[in-house]
Amino acid sequence: MSVMTLKVNGRTHTVDVDPATPLLYVLSDDLELRGPKFGCGLGQCGACTVILKGAAVRSCVTPVKTAVGSEITTLEGLGTAQKPHPLQQAFIDEQAAQCGFCVNGVILTAKAFLDKHPKATEEEIQQALSGVLCRCFTHVRMYQAIQKYAKEVAR
Amino acid sequence: MKTSMTSDAFAALARNGFSRRNFLKTSGALIVGFSIADRQVNAQGPGGAGGPSPGSPPINQLDSWIAIAADGSVTAYSGKEELGQGISTAQAQLVAEELSVPFARVKLIYCDTAMTPDQAYTSGSQSHPANFNHGNLAQAGATAREALLKMASQQLGVPVDQLTAAGGAISAKGDPSKRVTYGQLIGGKKFNLTLDPKAKRKPPSEWTVLGTPEQRPDIPEIVTGQFEFVHNVRVPGMLHGRVVRPPAPGATVMSVDESSVAGMPGLVKVVVKKNFVGVVAEKPWQAIQAAEKLKVSWSSGSGLANPADFYEQVRNQKPTRDVLLADSKDLEQKLGQAAAVVKATYLHPYQAHGSMGSSCAVADVQGDKATIWSPTQGVWYQRSTAAMVLGLKPENVRVIFRRGSGCYGLNAADTVTYDAALLSQAAGKPVRVQLTRKDELTSENYGNAFLMDERAGLDAQGNIVAWDHEAWSPTLGNRPGPGTPGNVITGSLVGFQPEPFTPRSPAPEPRGFNNNSNGIPSYAAALVDGVPKGAGTVRSARVLVHNIPSPFFTGPLRSPARFQNTFAHESFMDELAAHAKADPVDYRLRHLSSERVIDVLKAAAKAAKWEARPSPQSGMRKTGLATGRGVACVAYEGDNGYTGIVTEVEVDQDSGRIAVKRVFVAIDAGPISNPDGLKNQAEGGALQGMSRALLEEVTWDDQKVTSIDWRTYRTLPLGFPVPKVECVLLNRPEEEATGAGETSITVIAAAIGNAVFDATGARLRQIPFTPERVKAALNARA
Repeated sequence: MSVMTLKVNGRTHTVDVDPATPLLYVLSDDLELRGPKFGCGLGQCGACTVILKGAAVRSCVTPVKTAVGSEITTLEGLGTAQKPHPLQQAFIDEQAAQCGFCVNGVILTAKAFLDKHPKATEEEIQQALSGVLCRCFTHVRMYQAIQKYAKEVAR
Repeated sequence: MKTSMTSDAFAALARNGFSRRNFLKTSGALIVGFSIADRQVNAQGPGGAGGPSPGSPPINQLDSWIAIAADGSVTAYSGKEELGQGISTAQAQLVAEELSVPFARVKLIYCDTAMTPDQAYTSGSQSHPANFNHGNLAQAGATAREALLKMASQQLGVPVDQLTAAGGAISAKGDPSKRVTYGQLIGGKKFNLTLDPKAKRKPPSEWTVLGTPEQRPDIPEIVTGQFEFVHNVRVPGMLHGRVVRPPAPGATVMSVDESSVAGMPGLVKVVVKKNFVGVVAEKPWQAIQAAEKLKVSWSSGSGLANPADFYEQVRNQKPTRDVLLADSKDLEQKLGQAAAVVKATYLHPYQAHGSMGSSCAVADVQGDKATIWSPTQGVWYQRSTAAMVLGLKPENVRVIFRRGSGCYGLNAADTVTYDAALLSQAAGKPVRVQLTRKDELTSENYGNAFLMDERAGLDAQGNIVAWDHEAWSPTLGNRPGPGTPGNVITGSLVGFQPEPFTPRSPAPEPRGFNNNSNGIPSYAAALVDGVPKGAGTVRSARVLVHNIPSPFFTGPLRSPARFQNTFAHESFMDELAAHAKADPVDYRLRHLSSERVIDVLKAAAKAAKWEARPSPQSGMRKTGLATGRGVACVAYEGDNGYTGIVTEVEVDQDSGRIAVKRVFVAIDAGPISNPDGLKNQAEGGALQGMSRALLEEVTWDDQKVTSIDWRTYRTLPLGFPVPKVECVLLNRPEEEATGAGETSITVIAAAIGNAVFDATGARLRQIPFTPERVKAALNARA
């Protein structure tokens, strides 16, 4: 165990954990955040995605020690139900969810990609989401929501 | 629905000793008493099993369903839960509509054995018919409205027919000064009324809330990371468990070397109960490491059928349990007289539910009492079976539904609930368990593999004169029903048997009309005592199903057996149309009698601008890209939802890859409760069915399952070229509400296969349509 300081959604947290612990468990259990989720533990589905140093990473295969000192953004860090981020608002407008378990990975992956590539084409966005799963197959609406936001970003 | 009090806030209250009784008292709503349920009333509605469990709020009592607080807010209680299919929103709309209150004033509480009526499982496309027709929640709403009108009449001195209800208040028509609110009439008190079967539902022509695309209240919380899934339930003092499953079906524990994990940080306990093995630790990562390190010696498994000739073994395995769904007794005679007899065999593999998040549950077993947070589809059955697993009395177990990852049927939700309960009991502390990806994919109850023989006789004009369907399917276990925790793996590991396999051959004569999972083709007349019960015109038919024991646990997977049977029926119908050189839509219409199937078929064809001509298309190329269109339709379970579908595909004949370009779905689910929710289900069902048709398949070697993660159990990711999906919703306000969530998924596999045939002349008869199988079919063309 060792004491580490994490910067999550603009706040500083001190935790005392095994430094090899995947970041996901620290976020979801020590900090009780609900955005990042365990889907596979193998980096294959995207449910655990967080934004670390501006990039979407799979927190289930990222040791917590490698995140020390970097700004970590989870789904909660974008906006709230009362004041959602424009991409979150687009998901609400399009009713782009069924069970909702995958939404964390979908929104954060799209957000990080569009932050870096604000003029991305539909095909490029699709490529960026090639490693993200939604098993309810809410694809149609999710792309409608992402495209809506992408148009706002490109403007 | 109100979001001011979140589900977890409610749970927190409950954890601190506020029962529903206390909650309602303190919030000013009425107090609901509990008594042994009236077992005469069937709460499930169509397809339900027996009456409610002992301890369920009596389902014939209005107070079991609806409570109105002093401030006029409405709390509704339902036994049908939100799995992501949108039914909670529709149910709140229903209550708001029947009571004439704004949608936001209704709070819906569902599936908690301390509070909500037992409506069996949330499954089988039964929620819409059970709660939106003439019983249960719908009738409770109508009964409450009429009761409130009577009370208002007395209080205001105005006859009921001179009163109008709006915005949670009742006033005299033409004299708004004579007005009384629901809160003033009943707030905090019981109705003490039995559900009135004569209470009138509001006619759809007067609907203002139901029938509109009300937004789902849970989505803002979901997209901002505030929603509480079962995975997020946290109980004070909670520990984390991990299970160690047998490496192969049939493997049993020889020994467990606890010293292999001695001294590991955070480890609390190693738990062994017969063949159930697990660890409990303070933190999840510690539990994961301990489970990986724990040395368990297992016997070898019972061995698995060689996958290379699996379907032949399925065909030949004895003994069988046979079910005869239909038999007109003249089949062989009609086939003998036919101008042509066409035959084909279709294959469907075991498929996984493959939930995005592996299953999770939290249990707090303290002495002889247990509280369990579970994503189960049946809280009351989970309660009675968890009690068996724990050796407790059912009345001392409370099961609270919390949403898991989308389940699409019997994923590992029930089994992980037993895991958490067993580990909590052993540790004496609350324990949370989430399965590994591998455990989720290898020890859930798979959707059934099917082998299906189709045979039909055609007359000289190509009309169908006889239809024979014979299917074989391996089964083991099922949903944990009353008394069968052994229907899922954890129950069996601690010594409970799955429901027994009882051979029976020949099958007894069919009694009445039994569509049994779309076993009967939509084109069969299915005569019962000379009266047609089917959706079609073919009078001569036989439908025979053989069940055999399965090496893997099996259970309902979205559109269970219907997906499989309909794939065979609708692909075969296309083969018959091609044999008759008829247009596939026209040919279907020639053999349908049900107006509702005809209408969805025509609506899908119209949306797709279907061009009438036989398949395959003329002048097709045998290399490179080929495009085609396919159609399919079904009367889901005979009369529980209707759908027609057209797909347009592109086939790369060099690689064997199929790309679905456009999908047109037409759905009739009776009166539409929430058009946007229905559309969401239609879109998702079509694409999920497409993934199942193109990619999904459980694989194994001689000992163990080998599809253990998302590389080996393949699914379409978010990032694939998503086809355009266009939905046509046929509103039928004069009909009964039917199922909706399993309609488009049921027909899409055949529609894709039929489109590939149209494009290339190659017929696909085995799911999934992998590039290798497509290539083989292309190479087999004349």
